[in-house]
Amino acid sequence: MKKILLAFLFVMAPLAAFAAEEGVKLDHVNIDLGDKASLQRGARIFVNYCLSCHSASYMRYNRMGQDLGISDELVKENLLFAANKTGDLMKAVMPADDAKAWFGVAPPDLSDEARYRGPEWIYTYMRSFYRDDKSHSGWNNLVFPHVAMPHVLYEWQGEQRAVFKNENGVEVFQRFDLDKPGTMSPAEYDKAMRDLVNFMVYLAEPAKLVRYQIGVYVLIFLAVLLVFAYLLKKEYWKDVH
Amino acid sequence: MQKLLAWIDDRFPLTKVWEEHLSKYYAPKNFNFWYYFGSLAMLVLVMQILTGLFLAMHYKPDTVLAFASVEYIMRDVDWGWLLRYLHSTGASFFFIVVYFHMFRGLLYGSYHKPRELIWIIGVVIFIALMATAFMGYLLPWGNMSYWGAQVIISLFDAIPWIGPGLAEWIRGDFVIADATLNRFFALHFFVPTLILPALVFVHIVALHKVGSNNPDGVEIKKKKDAEGRSLDGIPFHPYYTVKDVVGVVVFLMIFSAVVFFGPELGGWFLEHDNFIPANVLQTPPEIKPLWYFTPFYSILRATTSDMVTWVLTPFIAVLGLLTLVSVRNFLTKAAVLVISIAILAGFFTLEAKLWGVVLMALSLMLFFFLPWLDRSTVKSIRYRGWMFKLALAVFVVSFIALGYVGTKPASGLYKLIAQVGTILYFAFFLFMPWYTTYDKTKPVPERVTWK
Repeated sequence: MKKILLAFLFVMAPLAAFAAEEGVKLDHVNIDLGDKASLQRGARIFVNYCLSCHSASYMRYNRMGQDLGISDELVKENLLFAANKTGDLMKAVMPADDAKAWFGVAPPDLSDEARYRGPEWIYTYMRSFYRDDKSHSGWNNLVFPHVAMPHVLYEWQGEQRAVFKNENGVEVFQRFDLDKPGTMSPAEYDKAMRDLVNFMVYLAEPAKLVRYQIGVYVLIFLAVLLVFAYLLKKEYWKDVH
Repeated sequence: MQKLLAWIDDRFPLTKVWEEHLSKYYAPKNFNFWYYFGSLAMLVLVMQILTGLFLAMHYKPDTVLAFASVEYIMRDVDWGWLLRYLHSTGASFFFIVVYFHMFRGLLYGSYHKPRELIWIIGVVIFIALMATAFMGYLLPWGNMSYWGAQVIISLFDAIPWIGPGLAEWIRGDFVIADATLNRFFALHFFVPTLILPALVFVHIVALHKVGSNNPDGVEIKKKKDAEGRSLDGIPFHPYYTVKDVVGVVVFLMIFSAVVFFGPELGGWFLEHDNFIPANVLQTPPEIKPLWYFTPFYSILRATTSDMVTWVLTPFIAVLGLLTLVSVRNFLTKAAVLVISIAILAGFFTLEAKLWGVVLMALSLMLFFFLPWLDRSTVKSIRYRGWMFKLALAVFVVSFIALGYVGTKPASGLYKLIAQVGTILYFAFFLFMPWYTTYDKTKPVPERVTWK
């Protein structure tokens, strides 16, 4: 049987080599759901900025408060713009119909965005807005070309210009030049976006805060059970020859 | 206690059933690694029914509410996330253990006489399982749920005459809609809670009638001691119950590792495109079913008109000629000739899409005929010659390659792999009568071994 498995692995190995990825290069982002301070900072950015137009309508304010260590009073005072009760779902401030009229599309719900797009995508996207006079909103995005959303955080990041180089008739992206600096330095802005993405990863799956820990306990329990199960089997089978 | 048991036994064959199926059911003593997966499949079935029951208490089969109700389970229902992950991971693991279980049958010839009926019931279980998984995948009403179901059900359109009407009848609408979601929910509850357990019951009753096969393919019932017990058999309980407990614990460790540390498994168990609600206007970049369907999906997509003309035509011509030469009876010869010509004529008149659907259906149906396609006098791979070993290896590689390319765009190298894989997949079954006849076998021992 071992021979079969070995032969099998040997034959299948080249197949894995076909796996290749394409598209814009996404930047790595350090996700750490144990970093409560980062999650809280991310929550503040998310509620203050994103929630103006986007909803996160599968999530409740008080659940977020409990998970991130923010008391109900603090949630009520600082984060409750679009709702009356802390038990409410996180709806957008702007009515979806109005948003559709203004932007052409209704801003998508962001509850599961980090699981749909992936954290790297959001992190790179939030840092890849650039000035483009040809676009409707005056902004364009390298990760999501011709996106309807303007650069909401441009006051923080400043205004970027994208530099392209023409290679054999194809416009290839080179780098971003910062035309007008924002209120944040590039490093500060990257850190804020890391907090935001960190929060959105939590937002997409609140259970992630507990499931690793429970998983460790479950595996320890099963490992102990395995020892006893194995000894029991050995005891019963000692007279089978 | 004794009195109570006697009272029950007078009214219900409790002791008799216990003895016949557990304490005095003699199973071969040399079961190896591959023999864990039958009991594991039953474990997963029970787990899926129980987690499914509790999920159904919170889920809403309504196109407006379905996606949100799954998110409600994930966020607001106590331990709802665990129920959902156990169920979604359980679906993939169900197929993993069932594929291993079926592969065991191929390795040791468990479908040979007298176990043909066990095998056939097993294939029915496999198809019922696929139907269940397919319907269950629509329920979260994610974008991939929607488009996956849209693509697969529209396959029925390819059937001449009745196709479009049939597809409409299945959907209950012209497109995947509320009616489809509602009936899929009903069927996703009905099939696994009633049909599957009934089939599993029959599968096991048939098994216990003829007795289990083993890695040597030796009939242990032939060698018995003075009291009529088979010499190479041991009572299922306690020997295999305690052994299977070890298997169950190891399985649960691997299973829990996925549930708790990576339930998406990088998009293989939960697809990224299913984290946005179904959207009629937004097609996912690559519509693909979940991994356990992709081998069959690949066969479907590989069948282009070029493939039918240049590859399938000679394939059927060779197969038809070979059969014509091999069968002796004149009537059979005539039948083979007529069928071959009819298929070849069909290749040039009917559209390739239909042949794709036919091949996909055939790729499943061929499993039913395995007991009769295999002409070898030897059951276990241990005593078979190089031809069968090579054929089985090629089959496994082509199955996995088909599964892998099924998750990729059907173009370029991926398409070529799918087409080669499709031919090899069918060659394994359709040329089996010949290579198992001419294959040189080794002598089978009288008694089981501990290899």
